[in-house]
Amino acid sequence: MKQNLGRHQDAVARRSNFDEVAMGFGLEEAVTEAARCLGCKTKPCELACPVNVKIPEFVDLVHKEDLGAAASKIFETSLFPAICGRVCPQETYCEAACVLKDKFGPVSIGRLERFTADYARKGGLIKPPPCAPDTGKKVACVGSGPTSLAVAAELRKLGHAVTVFEALHEFGGVLCYGIPTFRLPREVVRFEVDMLRKMGVRFLKNVMVGKSITIEELKKDFDIIYIGSGAGLPTPMNAPGEDLVGVYSSNEFLTRVNLMEAYKFPVSDTPYYVGKRTVVVGGGNTAMDSARCAMRLGPENVTLLYRRTRAEMPARAEEVENAMEEGIKFEFLTAPVELEGDEKGRLKRVKCIRMALGEPDASGRRKPVPQKGSEFYIEADSLVVAIGSSPNPVIQQTTPGLSANKWGGIIIDEATAKTSLDGVYAGGDVVRGGATVLLAMKDGKAAARAIHEKLSAKGN
Amino acid sequence: MEHDIYSTEGLYKIVEKADLSATISKHVIYAPLIATKAKAGHFVILRSRSGGERIPVTLVDWSPENGTVTVIIQAIGKSTSEMNALKAGDSFSDVAGPLGTPVEIKKYGTVLGVGGGVGIAELYPIARAFKQAGNEVVSILGARSKDLLILEAEMASLGRVIVTTDDGSAGKKGLVTDAMKELYAAGEKLDAIFTIGPIIMMKFVAEASRPHATPTFASLNPVMLDGTGMCGGCRVEISGKPKFACVDGPMFDAHQTNFDALMKRTAAYREQEKESLEKYGKDHQCRIGLH
Repeated sequence: MKQNLGRHQDAVARRSNFDEVAMGFGLEEAVTEAARCLGCKTKPCELACPVNVKIPEFVDLVHKEDLGAAASKIFETSLFPAICGRVCPQETYCEAACVLKDKFGPVSIGRLERFTADYARKGGLIKPPPCAPDTGKKVACVGSGPTSLAVAAELRKLGHAVTVFEALHEFGGVLCYGIPTFRLPREVVRFEVDMLRKMGVRFLKNVMVGKSITIEELKKDFDIIYIGSGAGLPTPMNAPGEDLVGVYSSNEFLTRVNLMEAYKFPVSDTPYYVGKRTVVVGGGNTAMDSARCAMRLGPENVTLLYRRTRAEMPARAEEVENAMEEGIKFEFLTAPVELEGDEKGRLKRVKCIRMALGEPDASGRRKPVPQKGSEFYIEADSLVVAIGSSPNPVIQQTTPGLSANKWGGIIIDEATAKTSLDGVYAGGDVVRGGATVLLAMKDGKAAARAIHEKLSAKGN
Repeated sequence: MEHDIYSTEGLYKIVEKADLSATISKHVIYAPLIATKAKAGHFVILRSRSGGERIPVTLVDWSPENGTVTVIIQAIGKSTSEMNALKAGDSFSDVAGPLGTPVEIKKYGTVLGVGGGVGIAELYPIARAFKQAGNEVVSILGARSKDLLILEAEMASLGRVIVTTDDGSAGKKGLVTDAMKELYAAGEKLDAIFTIGPIIMMKFVAEASRPHATPTFASLNPVMLDGTGMCGGCRVEISGKPKFACVDGPMFDAHQTNFDALMKRTAAYREQEKESLEKYGKDHQCRIGLH
């Protein structure tokens, strides 16, 4: 029997809504898909999972239709299955390790994880896990994205008091402002945050650590600080004309659309502008999200420019396919060189150049080389720059003694997640640069172990 | 009274509200963490309710003792109209801050403050800080007409005040730059100028002081979204380089600011702003004379 990839919203219909594209399994589909699992003793899938979800065991419980137990089994190692089941690139982790992969297609582990979490959530089968008695130790998490949520969950279970500080007005970091609702519905994120609240984690919004309060000040009131402030500084193209009206960083565009719900304007108050023709620059998941959001705001067309070929795109294959199905036009081996505007300072057209792939660069990928004389123009009213992001430097700049590398990434001891400052730990994108939700959670879990050891050590 | 800066109890409640004119209101808001940390030049991002947009407003005053911060808002669009319709006892859903980089307060000698419209409210804490640092403070306050002139008495308590109005209904008829030119013509020694108001006004203040090489700083007011440096929507061009007004500013060297680019960028959503305000005007009794 072949892998079941689940149902999807129709490619044309979904262009005009922000509802979830992947519709998930029904109970029957889930049980049938779970039956495909061979229950390998060696558990290659579990070993390949960055947070080591007990995959064969929970899949077996799904097969037995014991969804409450299946959810509890996942919770033993990960408190966020409804999120991970949706946004984790399983094809490079658990599903890549599945023994069925080559002959029949892997077990749809991500979709089963998601189904289990959704079913248990909707059925009220999820109870907050028990927490150890209060230790009297206080931990502050800076940022409320995936890495901080993982730290908060682990340390609260161990009995430590945890306070999460968020600069924005909603909790979840990139899960709220970055990833669109058609990939991750907001009720899923809110449910997970609420569960942590029920466990006793305190959440404070509208506090920008580094501006509202400094790390040094927090150190007076907390035993440990975990910095999980992400990589929220957009990388500019540095092309002439980037200042024109209609040119957005992907962070601004996605924050308007997702966090501020600009797609509901004027029912919501935050406006957006896409005009008739939108261009998106980049080849990662953020570029896919930007292009697909833009498409749903009703322009005549959306064109994506990527300077390499489809084979080198860092975006998940599924997201690229979804984007193509939705009618987004891809211009590979193409880069913008100059943005031109009208007399009001609004974007009018994009001067592009064709590339050819040259020798591999330091990252091992073949370097795009501009082709002389290949310049051409694309008419555009708006353009979204999605070529990467780096850590927001405010905390690094306002915390004396906190070591950072030249990209602004906080330097940690890999084994313990400790920064150069005593009692201050860090993980996720603020250390790695823009990476994935799952690696951020993995960092959080590992840091929580090290923090717990430190807090449990004698003399503490 | 001790305030727990980590508590959410009573957060963002309006403890005092006063209308300073038909469209300008003062809000005193409970926000102890911000009150403890605020410095002259800081701003906050306000959201009146769920679904509302994020609006940057400069802090006018703060009281660590009371755990409150004071903002003065002029109703110019939907969100600001909605905010000014809130009453004492109501709460803002969000007040984030303090944000931005505070103004560097030092002894210059004579500091000229030039405020236009609701910008006078934002000028006040800066002028006060300079006064406290031992500077002589002179202020030029500009308004369209007498009924839009605010904080004249407060500014007068810091030093000499010159008032200008477009229609001559208070003080001198004319622009703030006319008054500046008179000061220069009278040979007054001005050691630094701080200006806050409409972009066009700040641009001409910078042009008026440029020939005299008086250090001049303007508090820039681009469109802002998060106010934390993550989107770049508020980018401004200073000395030919992009800066984020929300973290690097909002106060910048006015002689190095590209005001023309700033004006174009602030017009980005004019049509949507109009649409939103018209819809609000239809749904509510209009407070700001749209109908």
